[in-house]
Amino acid sequence: MPVSLINSKLIYDALKECDIRLLSALPETWLVHLVRLSDDDPDMILVRLAKEEEGVGVSAGAHFAGVKSAMLMQNHGFLASINGIVSFAHLYKIPLLMLISYRGSLGERDPWQTQGGNVTEPVLRALGIPYFSLDAVDTVKKRIRQAQTLADSSLQPVALLLTRDLMWEE
Amino acid sequence: MLRLDCLRAIYSELESSLVVTIMGAVAAELHSLGHRPNFFYLQHAMGLASSTGLGLALCLPEQTVVVIDGDGSLLMNLGSLSTMARYRPRKLVHIVFDNESLLSVGGFPTATSTGTDLEGIARAAGVPRVMTVQSVESFKAAVNDTMLGSELTTIIAKVEAKGPAAYVTDLSLLENQFQFRRYIQSLGKR
Repeated sequence: MPVSLINSKLIYDALKECDIRLLSALPETWLVHLVRLSDDDPDMILVRLAKEEEGVGVSAGAHFAGVKSAMLMQNHGFLASINGIVSFAHLYKIPLLMLISYRGSLGERDPWQTQGGNVTEPVLRALGIPYFSLDAVDTVKKRIRQAQTLADSSLQPVALLLTRDLMWEE
Repeated sequence: MLRLDCLRAIYSELESSLVVTIMGAVAAELHSLGHRPNFFYLQHAMGLASSTGLGLALCLPEQTVVVIDGDGSLLMNLGSLSTMARYRPRKLVHIVFDNESLLSVGGFPTATSTGTDLEGIARAAGVPRVMTVQSVESFKAAVNDTMLGSELTTIIAKVEAKGPAAYVTDLSLLENQFQFRRYIQSLGKR
């Protein structure tokens, strides 16, 4: 499977450097290494969800507890989380760091991913969620740190789009 | 059995717990008994009160966390039962007031009114301890027992579809959120 282990590790280490201690996740292909890395890390609380929207509640609980967290999900999982984002994270000003795999964009071969790819950025914009792409090795660490800083200072969701250029090797 | 009587019966037990409620009658009635800084009322995002309690309980495993859920909210996020059961925090108490109704929007019947069995669903999802109670006395006893024990428990409390006259409280949502978080932060400093 040509999901980049090296770049997954880069992302994971950057999350750890931000003192992220809880990750909620619903696995998808591009996230497999990230989920495994967190599962193998005794210092990380990994919460495997049934549906991504649960992660908004889990991260809110972590925030109340003073624990920094992040959500790992596919863009379709982001779409499935919108009510939680709007009527919890936005309504109550909860910082959320969302790492969203950007399926259905340029180079996508799976027909079932393509519609979600079309709407991901427009929906993020409509929701007023600041978002940035993780697309190059040399900016991953800095962007994760900056996204986490912005989520914490603005008390709102911030999204990082995990792109094919970063996640996929072939 | 009235939800308000149940809440009154356990009100003093909630003093040292972190309490997360759903919106609607549960929030308004608990608030009417006297707000405390350790109460968080999730006034929307139906279904996510239990997920919030799970996040709290996983991060603060020594702290008793009480989620006060309802049939309408839980039916919107049944997967939460499987996620809670997967991690089964020992000190997470999951109370579900089942009035078989979406009361605050006019009392439309939920699926529990036509036979959906939340106790059975919770049990089959893997929640290690599940019970249904029909009286205030048995409700109070179930909550007290659960708080003394160390096992994730879902308590289904069958209540009448009666609620308060009004649902809006004088506590702003943000004030509640900031106060709740600050309360939890203060626990670590004691």
